[in-house]
Amino acid sequence: MAKVATITSGKGGVGKTTSTANLAVALAALGNKVVCIDADVGLRNLDVILGLENRIVYDLVDIIEGRCRLRQAMIRDKRLPELFLIPAAQTRDKSAVSPSDMVRLCEELRPDFDWIVVDSPAGIERGFRNAVAPADLVIVVTNPEISAVRDADRIIGIIEAEEKGPAQLIINRLKPELVRRGDMLSTEDVLELLAIKLLGVVPEDEKVLMGGNRGAPVAMDERSQAGQAFRDIARRLQGEDVPFMDVMNQGGLLVKLSRFLRSGGG
Amino acid sequence: MSSFIDKVLGRNRRSASLAKERLKLVLIHDRTDLSPGSLDLLKDELIAVISRYIDIDPQGVRIGMEHEGREQRLIADIPVRPASRRRR
Repeated sequence: MAKVATITSGKGGVGKTTSTANLAVALAALGNKVVCIDADVGLRNLDVILGLENRIVYDLVDIIEGRCRLRQAMIRDKRLPELFLIPAAQTRDKSAVSPSDMVRLCEELRPDFDWIVVDSPAGIERGFRNAVAPADLVIVVTNPEISAVRDADRIIGIIEAEEKGPAQLIINRLKPELVRRGDMLSTEDVLELLAIKLLGVVPEDEKVLMGGNRGAPVAMDERSQAGQAFRDIARRLQGEDVPFMDVMNQGGLLVKLSRFLRSGGG
Repeated sequence: MSSFIDKVLGRNRRSASLAKERLKLVLIHDRTDLSPGSLDLLKDELIAVISRYIDIDPQGVRIGMEHEGREQRLIADIPVRPASRRRR
């Protein structure tokens, strides 16, 4: 029986879709049968991040309105045969789907999968409610940045009020260099403010952008730091106790050497 | 001199600690839906009600929100005047 994890954030642009794609890929690479659902009807993006945009025939709204069978709208990722995508409709809006539609859809999928990962749209309106309705676990993505943290707090409150809590947190795009010089909120700062369980910290990594360009999420890239962070999160979701990676002291030998020299060798 | 002014105005502080402090205040009000203005009104009414029963020092009343994890707590510190002083 699948567990439904919904990825949300309140604020747009913090990395919900990137996190959804990477967690789905990482879970599938661990041998889970995974389906991800793009609940951002009207602003479809999970398909391009996963590199599956050319294979879409039917979408979420087609399933709900009975124009196709569930299986027909599920796109199988050829790189990871245990990974499927149900894309959002692009020419409709969020009112085409209701929270009970999402609950029904996930109930139908549950017996055949280990994980259902739902990508929520930004905001706290209908699209967000649709995405959260079927969730067993809500994952809030934020950046160490004032407006993203404020919106995350709002979302966490709403999730609690809807009795879908406690939500768990991913801090995305942390820049260790900025944290070190006191110009970016640290992991500890964000956790103190939001007071929820941390699932993982994903450091800023240009490979995320490059992975998006290619349609190959970084979780597939063994050498990417962000990819490693997402793989760790996937294992935590499975219930493994994975130590948190030391994002503040990452970097190649050269980076470490120059940091050492700058600090006066002390 | 300018560095002194900077310090007084908090300009020398690193931006992350400012962000954290500002967020702390904003989140308290976001979570409770209580604006700083209504908190002042609440304080005035609280003083009026309590004064009907007991002699307090209105100047010394401190009221504010505190949080433990995600739980908010309204904390009021109300200095009570000793009964002896009430006999005039």
